[in-house]
Amino acid sequence: MTERLRTFGTLIGLVAITVFFAVQLPDTFLTARNLLNVSQQISMLAVVAFTMTIVMAMGDFDLSVGSMASLAGIVAAVAFVNGWPVWAGVALALVAGLAGGLLNGALVAWAGILPFIATLGTLTIFSGAAFLVSGGATIFGRDIPEGFGTFARSGVPVAGASVPALTLVACAVLLVVWVLLEHTSYGRKLYAIGGNAQAAWLAGLNVRALRLSAFALTGLGAAVAGLMYASRVASANPTQGAGLMLDAIAAVFLGMTMGRQGEPRVLATLVGVLILGVLDNGLTQMAIQSYVREVLIGAMILAAVAISALGRRA
Amino acid sequence: MEIALSGLTKRFGAATVLSDVSLRLRGGRVHALMGENGAGKSTLIRVLAGVIPADSVTLTRDGRTLPLRSARDAAGAGFRFIHQELNVVPQLSVAENVLLGHPLPRRAGVLVDWRAVNALAGRALQTLGVTHIDVRRQMGDLGMGDRMLARIAAALVADGTRPTLYVMDEPTAALSAAEAERLFEVIGRLTQEGAAVLYVSHRLPEVLGICHDVSVLRDGRVALSGTVADTDAPALIAAMTGRAAAAPFRRTGGTGAAVAQALGIATPALLGIDLTLHQGEVIGIAAPDDGSATALLGLFIGRGRVTAGRTDVLGRPGPRSPRAAWRRGVAVIPRDRRAEGLALPMPVMANMLMAHLRTPFPRRRVEAARARALGEAVSLKARGPWQAVAELSGGNQQKVLFARAIAGDPKLLLLDDPTRGVDIGARAEIHALIAQATARGCAVLVASTDLPELLALSDRIVILRGGRQVALMPSEGLTPADLLTRLQGAA
Repeated sequence: MTERLRTFGTLIGLVAITVFFAVQLPDTFLTARNLLNVSQQISMLAVVAFTMTIVMAMGDFDLSVGSMASLAGIVAAVAFVNGWPVWAGVALALVAGLAGGLLNGALVAWAGILPFIATLGTLTIFSGAAFLVSGGATIFGRDIPEGFGTFARSGVPVAGASVPALTLVACAVLLVVWVLLEHTSYGRKLYAIGGNAQAAWLAGLNVRALRLSAFALTGLGAAVAGLMYASRVASANPTQGAGLMLDAIAAVFLGMTMGRQGEPRVLATLVGVLILGVLDNGLTQMAIQSYVREVLIGAMILAAVAISALGRRA
Repeated sequence: MEIALSGLTKRFGAATVLSDVSLRLRGGRVHALMGENGAGKSTLIRVLAGVIPADSVTLTRDGRTLPLRSARDAAGAGFRFIHQELNVVPQLSVAENVLLGHPLPRRAGVLVDWRAVNALAGRALQTLGVTHIDVRRQMGDLGMGDRMLARIAAALVADGTRPTLYVMDEPTAALSAAEAERLFEVIGRLTQEGAAVLYVSHRLPEVLGICHDVSVLRDGRVALSGTVADTDAPALIAAMTGRAAAAPFRRTGGTGAAVAQALGIATPALLGIDLTLHQGEVIGIAAPDDGSATALLGLFIGRGRVTAGRTDVLGRPGPRSPRAAWRRGVAVIPRDRRAEGLALPMPVMANMLMAHLRTPFPRRRVEAARARALGEAVSLKARGPWQAVAELSGGNQQKVLFARAIAGDPKLLLLDDPTRGVDIGARAEIHALIAQATARGCAVLVASTDLPELLALSDRIVILRGGRQVALMPSEGLTPADLLTRLQGAA
């Protein structure tokens, strides 16, 4: 029973929060329109958190995702300013994300630097690079091609409602990461490294290459999120991804409370993302200060992790 | 002095782990506690240490009842513990580890008096007859045997209360034969001072050699209790396993084609290694506990730097990484199963199949079936492929590693102390698994600190001293004493 409660405690929390807002905001909260809106609001965070789950499965994490998202947006925008077509700018930004992730992976896997320190370093580098490339200014207006900005505002009609394109991107990333982590040998190997990296190495796993590739995927995910953000606001700003990193790690941690052994699972990360997103949306609608939201989110994470830890001890 | 524990019962949920157990420990005597893994020994020790409360227990010392509800009660009663798992802090110095849990000597009440700390720890080690360990070194730099010695020294540090009982949980598991001898001397001295010793061990020769009394636990009950003089090895094995002693391990011998070769190898840890391992052959590595045995095994998985010479595995130059080794049919069971072998929080299944994830899209049901079959092949006792290996006993954890090793039908098996901390039943099963592997033509290179076991398992023995190969000889006719003499360099 306590086992169940622990496993599903976080899910129960999500339901409780949803019910609370549904009662407080009876006319506006539980409407198809608002829920689709929430799904779009959280889509960037979701993509970063899903791909963050990949490195966290190995017991590592990546602090540089926020500044990588900013950098990717800037890279694409600067490419547009120089007259590149949409596809080329997007491709360039994705390449930047992949390269940044590979750099993180190389620092961790080959140089043997702790992920915390390695990605703290690259966080600063990516952030500085974003300012350098953009000259510190926001890039917007005519420089951003129409097709790039309209993508985020487009949607696919499903059963009378229009599902935002960004939501669909997030769903696609979720599907890819879920298959990767839960249904491939690659995912098994990442979890094995998370269980005991030394044992995994002695059991013949190519730990370095796996680390490198996992960080590369996380970097790629950050770049995707950066592009989504830039598309949504039809502009690129060297600080716009800054908030993503802490929220993404928070979402994964909230999800980890649901794991049998406290391991990160991408579907659990989804629950974490939904909690943060629903809380954000509901509190905004109730016109509660954003500072209150931050205090609440911090307290919730601590409560979830503490309950999970205590439950495991019992 | 007499310490008596009676009516000890402990349940975990529906499972009764200890049922009305009584023990009588007399001052000046060494009392052996034996039993297979899961028999309840660990629980009994944890109750004695006050770490977990018993459902019912009476503890008396010389007829006076003492409380036993907390670690403080245990310390107050004068109980000292040397646990099986090495709880050391690798970042701290040896001296700090020895004095862990004791107040450090200080100057002016605040500043740590390092000279006094080192002197105090040095004296504790000296009572063990250990002088080769510099107490200022970091614990992490020490080998397993030296760590164990430091842990034992920690239990000997005086702290005001008079020690009445020393509880030693497999203290020789990580010790070389010479270190073990020194420990036995110390045990002799402790008992002369009037303390009782509760000595937990799987090793029959030790129990028969140094203990006065013996109690055997089976399924949480006392299956046998009496003086060692009144019993013998077959009776103890029968009491532990509940069945008559199995026939001793018979090696098959091997004379087939060469499987692995080391030719004139030199590394920072090894010198002059020259050996050829044939199909179905077992070569045992006898070495002091200085890491040289592990280094020799590591040659065949590309671990460590080789400065001269070469290795051959199956007619090709030796693999340069564990990954390449597994792909070539070399399977590894590392020495420290917790640190290097297993992902403890993960399921049995994931641990077994870790080395065999070849298909890109494995199906869980297929994997679970494979893990179940492997579990049966190694007679694993687990609730199923989903159970976390952390919940298994030491012997069963080792069987998970064996399952991983044999799953790929290896040509060469590298075993580093495969029966360390494993009970007699599981030990026999592991010996049988090695025999099965050799019967299939697998070559085995095995290191063990247990010399009688090494002799029983091996066709030939390679002896290392200071990392140098000093002999490679058939084990036929060798006795543990011969081996010990050669190891120590007297012959």
